[in-house]
Amino acid sequence: MGEFRMPSLGADMDVGTVVEWRVRPGDEVHRGDIVALVDTEKSTIEVEVFEDGIVEELLVEPGAEVPVGTPLARIGAVAEAAAAGTAPAPPAAPAEAEAVREAEAVPEPETVPEPSRAAPPRAPSGGKRRRRAKPLAAPQPAPAGRSDGRVRASPLARRRAADAGIDLSTLRGSGPGGAVLAADLAAPTDADVQSAPTAEEHRPEPAVSGAAPGAEAEPGAEGSTAGAKDRQAAMRHAIAALMARSKREIPHYYVATTIDFGAARTWLDDQNARRGVGERLLPAVVLLKATALAAREAPHVNGFWDDGFQEPPAVHLGVAVSLRGGGLVAPAIHDADRMDLDGLMGALRDLVERARSGRLRSSEMSDPTITVSNLGDQGAEEVLGVIYPPQVGLVGFGRIVERPWAVDGMIGVRPVVRATFAGDHRASDGHDGARLLTTIDRLLQAPEAL
Amino acid sequence: MKTTYREAMRAAIRDAMDRDDRVFLMGEDVGAYGGCFAVSLGLLEEFGPERIRDTPLSESAFVGAGIGAALGGMRPIVEIMTVNFSLLALDQLVNNAATLLHMSGGQFNVPIVVRMTTGAGRQLAAQHSHSLEGWYAHIPGLRVVAPATIEDARGMLWTALDDPDPVLVFEHSGLYGIEGELTDDAGAVDIDRAAVRSPGDDLTIITYGGMLPVALSAAASLVDDGVDAEVIDLRTLRPLDADTILASVARTHRAIVVDEGWRSGSLSAEVSARITEHCFYELDAPVARICTEEVPMPYPRHLEQAALPQPEEVVAAAREMLGAA
Repeated sequence: MGEFRMPSLGADMDVGTVVEWRVRPGDEVHRGDIVALVDTEKSTIEVEVFEDGIVEELLVEPGAEVPVGTPLARIGAVAEAAAAGTAPAPPAAPAEAEAVREAEAVPEPETVPEPSRAAPPRAPSGGKRRRRAKPLAAPQPAPAGRSDGRVRASPLARRRAADAGIDLSTLRGSGPGGAVLAADLAAPTDADVQSAPTAEEHRPEPAVSGAAPGAEAEPGAEGSTAGAKDRQAAMRHAIAALMARSKREIPHYYVATTIDFGAARTWLDDQNARRGVGERLLPAVVLLKATALAAREAPHVNGFWDDGFQEPPAVHLGVAVSLRGGGLVAPAIHDADRMDLDGLMGALRDLVERARSGRLRSSEMSDPTITVSNLGDQGAEEVLGVIYPPQVGLVGFGRIVERPWAVDGMIGVRPVVRATFAGDHRASDGHDGARLLTTIDRLLQAPEAL
Repeated sequence: MKTTYREAMRAAIRDAMDRDDRVFLMGEDVGAYGGCFAVSLGLLEEFGPERIRDTPLSESAFVGAGIGAALGGMRPIVEIMTVNFSLLALDQLVNNAATLLHMSGGQFNVPIVVRMTTGAGRQLAAQHSHSLEGWYAHIPGLRVVAPATIEDARGMLWTALDDPDPVLVFEHSGLYGIEGELTDDAGAVDIDRAAVRSPGDDLTIITYGGMLPVALSAAASLVDDGVDAEVIDLRTLRPLDADTILASVARTHRAIVVDEGWRSGSLSAEVSARITEHCFYELDAPVARICTEEVPMPYPRHLEQAALPQPEEVVAAAREMLGAA
């Protein structure tokens, strides 16, 4: 267990602002607990922790905007923290920690031969001064980061920074070419102290709006404050960056089919007739479930692309939710293929509600393995979507419309829905996409089995 | 007892001759002339021509004779005038002395000790001044030692003679004149371990032989900067005592190798590689090397000094390493 870092809540997120801590030093946390609220360009996210442990120290003040990957808190193992009491190991005492590490690093310092048979001792003029080596002249500070994103640092500095949970890019290197040396780690607090207020100065609005996160002050009711306008502009910017990246990097292909929704409609009507208003199922839920099941069967349409196709751990269905003030998010319904329709309906309702109030969780933002965009509500008959990197597929559903439809040589009027699939041609071929849509079609013809 | 490196070496030979009547010395001008560097001066008179033998000017012949004598049960000390001339005996040393134990299936040890001078600084030009000991340190089957102090000059020879396998002893010509105290009971020393000649915490200077005074001088200068440099004398170039080097670098996190050999394909390269292989995550700076310029050793004094590693270069490398470039 080490530090809890600013998570990447989607491929479009570079920085995040901690707006509120939900834990304090000494608190015991468990996997899945919400530990902080983080403001991204898109919305405020409830960030979960992924391991059990005890919060030793919060490293970032609320209001500070930090890059993805920055340590936010130090979390110790339960036993470890208990042994040390609740006293956190502050980074401000690196000398001690260093001494410990050094003692470990040198396996047998005693085996260094005695200097007793040494030759002429060094000129004893004034004796040796036992000053610790420091840079001999004032180091010229240079930014540690380079244009290619790699921080120049000595192996020792790199290892110690990793041990201490220090982000090398926040340090100024005093070594050749601005390289971060071990000595530069000794004063990380300077950099920390400087970076936090700077971030606040640059982005006051998110910090302010985040300062009152307890008031569920309708972040959905955007447009009333300058901060909300900034938020919208930021979201637009984030969407622009992500979608441009998608179209730039992902060779999209599209397949489409029209699905007879008659059986599903009949089954839904029958079900809903027996349910109270609050428990009724929306057609969207049936489409989502069919998609989740089909995604499990069809190869290479559910997952990620990162220098090759990455098998996903499960089917986490991203659901594109448009926000009232504009923009959209596509958080995940986890394990959608394993939920029954009622469970899925509840999850969808909860997700949309929280998406629109800006209360999504970090895992929901980062986990989707395939996304569904359903623009039927908006009246569009067909959606040709843009894939969310690093996902490799997006299923689109249009409006369910009644059309003349030929079945068994007869023409009848049937509800039909246009289903499309945008696929990443690096990961899959049109054949796979077509198979996905065919499977969705087949599943929708037996809605009672969903 | 005040003495010199040269006298300590002579005392070592005398001691070995006294201890073991199988020991004898042979080489060019070791007898009547007293040795090219006067190491064996007076020994002919003391031990007679049977045991202090002048040889013809054929390194291949007298090194080969020494190998034969060693195989035959003697304990020869063979002196080659300089390492440059040892190239004429390379076949005997590398193809015979180093291999016979192996090729005889362990039946024949070759307990020969070959002494030779190495190094520059005396204006002996490009055929008498090179530091080729690193080549020999490449060869399995040889042990290579480089006494850099009066104690080691006095003590290494007997241990080398005691070794059942060939040992090459490299005596830097610039060290013969150094003076110092030697205790009356000084005797044999180990030839296995490197030695810390000056302890320090801030960086490690690794060197051997004739470069030890250079490294110690640099370390003394660095004290004025508040830098405590540890100076390690390798003593034995093959097999390398990596433990001592690595333990020091793991503590200081910085290393400078000072080697009078040329940089390319050198012993300094080997030491640097060992550090990088085993201490990479302890390093706070790239390993630095101070070596002789890659030219045949010049004759003019100022050019010779310019070609050789100087304390100022070591100090400059240390300063750069510590972030004060």
